[in-house]
Amino acid sequence: MANDKRPTIHFSDEQAQLLEVATSFAQDKFPLNKARARVAAKEDFDAAVWKEMASLGWLGVAIPEEFGGSGLSLAEVVTIVEPLGRALAGTPLVSTTLVAQALLKAGTRAQQAEWLPKICEGAVGALALIEPHGDWNLGHLTAKAERPGDLLVLSGTKTFVTDAASADLAIVSVAMDGAPALVLLDRQLLGAAKVEREIVIDETRRSYRVNLDGVTVPSDNLLDPSRTPDTLKNLDEAACLLLAAEMCGGASGVLVTIVEYLKTRKQFDRLIGSYQALKHPTVDALMAIDGARSHLYYAAGIFGDAVENEIAVRMAKALACDALAFASDRAIQFHGGFGFTYDCDAQLFRRRGIWCEAQHGDAAWQRKRLASLIL
Amino acid sequence: MSLDQKELDEFRAEVRAWFEENKPADPGFLLPQSFMEVGSDEQFTFLRDWQRKVYEAGYLGLAWPREYGGGGKPQILQDIATREMVRQKVPFLTNTIGLNWAGPLILHMGTEEQKKAYIPGILNADDIWCQGFSEPDHGSDLGNAQLKAERDGNEFVLNGSKIWTSLGKHAKYMILLARSNPSANSKYEGLSFFLVPMKIPGVEVVPIRKLTGEYGFNQTFFTDARVPESCLMGRENGGWQVAMATLAFERGAVGGQAGGHAMMSKDVSQVLALARAAQRNGRPAIEDPLVRDRLVQFIMEEKSFALNSARANIKPLVVEWPGSIAMSGKLAATEYQRRLNQFALSLQGANAAYYVGDPNAYERGQWQRSYFNSFSGTIGGGTSEIQHNIIGERVLGLPKG
Repeated sequence: MANDKRPTIHFSDEQAQLLEVATSFAQDKFPLNKARARVAAKEDFDAAVWKEMASLGWLGVAIPEEFGGSGLSLAEVVTIVEPLGRALAGTPLVSTTLVAQALLKAGTRAQQAEWLPKICEGAVGALALIEPHGDWNLGHLTAKAERPGDLLVLSGTKTFVTDAASADLAIVSVAMDGAPALVLLDRQLLGAAKVEREIVIDETRRSYRVNLDGVTVPSDNLLDPSRTPDTLKNLDEAACLLLAAEMCGGASGVLVTIVEYLKTRKQFDRLIGSYQALKHPTVDALMAIDGARSHLYYAAGIFGDAVENEIAVRMAKALACDALAFASDRAIQFHGGFGFTYDCDAQLFRRRGIWCEAQHGDAAWQRKRLASLIL
Repeated sequence: MSLDQKELDEFRAEVRAWFEENKPADPGFLLPQSFMEVGSDEQFTFLRDWQRKVYEAGYLGLAWPREYGGGGKPQILQDIATREMVRQKVPFLTNTIGLNWAGPLILHMGTEEQKKAYIPGILNADDIWCQGFSEPDHGSDLGNAQLKAERDGNEFVLNGSKIWTSLGKHAKYMILLARSNPSANSKYEGLSFFLVPMKIPGVEVVPIRKLTGEYGFNQTFFTDARVPESCLMGRENGGWQVAMATLAFERGAVGGQAGGHAMMSKDVSQVLALARAAQRNGRPAIEDPLVRDRLVQFIMEEKSFALNSARANIKPLVVEWPGSIAMSGKLAATEYQRRLNQFALSLQGANAAYYVGDPNAYERGQWQRSYFNSFSGTIGGGTSEIQHNIIGERVLGLPKG
């Protein structure tokens, strides 16, 4: 370790502004009872709020100005995702941002020109990278594309495709000619697939299993194959960054829930927060969040740096997974009997944490990857 | 005097070369890691000579005034020299209390006579200093100090005892907080601060044997020990303010220290080296997946400290729990040291059971000793449990127990 080299966190004025705006937006639009309403709702997401997010320009933050975006970076998106995660908001922001990143990295000029402006205006993007085997290695592909002539014929199943029933476009990973390929499906092509709702642990999400058997796609919908491996790596890292932001937000949110309860609930004539058995682990949760957030904003600030990028995002995700897992697990326990009920909000945070851990690798997975990068 | 980058680079190169050349060879015995661990005469003599050598080379007290033995140069030069000492992991400078706490205090508020009398000896290590703050019955409650200082004409008579006196056996002077007015309105108003000579009748230093089996700390007993009123620092019964000023130097909250490093804490790079040297199933331990997982955790945690400091300076990122990072730093760092040392033992396999003194102990048993000594961090200066209470109450607003 280079001890004489002090790392700095790059934090832009735009990040500061967005963080402030997004924090009050989240408080305003997503009080915790909204998360309850989200659980009960039929729709994939709240279309009215999504429209507002689009009109605030948030869907195009990391899209270049030539396509109607603001030309900033994922570092700025992080400052929106974190406060939304804190409020347990269920929106397609992360998946749509990642779809845009995939198009920027490997989309053809035509694909970029058609879809990026639509995304800036509110088109919903879905990512279909995961398969029934559940392997976090995104290169482990059994879904296939075959190319008899000018058309692609798809087969296989993708899982955990969020908002697939209402998405305007999806990016699907498949194996083609022995290598990974990314295919763009528009609303109509998605409609040709068999899309089934999944029952998932985070009930604020709408997730689908997508069976691609027999779906036929024009070869124009293929993203640039030469850039696909790099793009998959980049998507994995960008997802880790945004999920880390979502989890850091969630961990702060659940910490507030714990603290409020510890300051008001009495047992044996004493506020339970005065008991060290509850106070000390709550401080441990705070310190875990502090470390995770520092790594998060460091990773955000250097995102795009060739060498440090992957190390930084995996560290941020590993620590954010642990911070939210610990804080939300303790939140259930510290609420006692109430914590065991469906009505207690602690379980919402715990469910969100497990969902985010299952996306793109949990803490142990990240550490295994880190070991091969740094040891 | 302002220096340009070229001059700074040249100075750094000069310092780097000097320490590379003059870094002491292995003395043949295990050195302590901080001034709190100096337990034998051979350790003390070695470290005192080393400090003197660094001072005489011009790399200590660089920014202190020339008239008292300092270098009279800009602080940045001392900072460069100090960083180089840390980087090259040379032995620490043993007169820590003099260099970092008592010295800056005397320069800050002492009289001309005091500056002339004390500062040169602090720098050249002729005069070792110790601290008399903690008392046996009042661990961290400094304001409750009970050692009596009764005025008798132009003298004070001292009675009572102080504990955890590092370097007490070698010290010529002590900075002492004592109760000079037991009937003051508040406990803080009845305290006075003294610069006390240690080699006077009525002062007895009794070593305390540590959990490591070594010495380093002492209890110091005062029995009718008489000191002249010229030993007062600040005004009579104004000792609390002086003690607070001292603590600000001690915590590094205020600059003005002579420079040099006071402690050689372990870091994960040393544990990585150990993991490469140690064996598991006939292979380097660093190839073991569980070892790798722990190492990655330590690396992330150590990086958190630096990143937390960086984030603490970015206002929009510390809105919700201001003070959280600053207040949890001691808890985080000392518990990290304890766990890192513990892990370093497990890496040694069967050899973890050796101890200091056995010729087969890995690196002379420094990790075993360092693990035990790490408890001075998790206990001293407010235990980790007290730190949890303080953070819970002051940062999170949780009710007191």
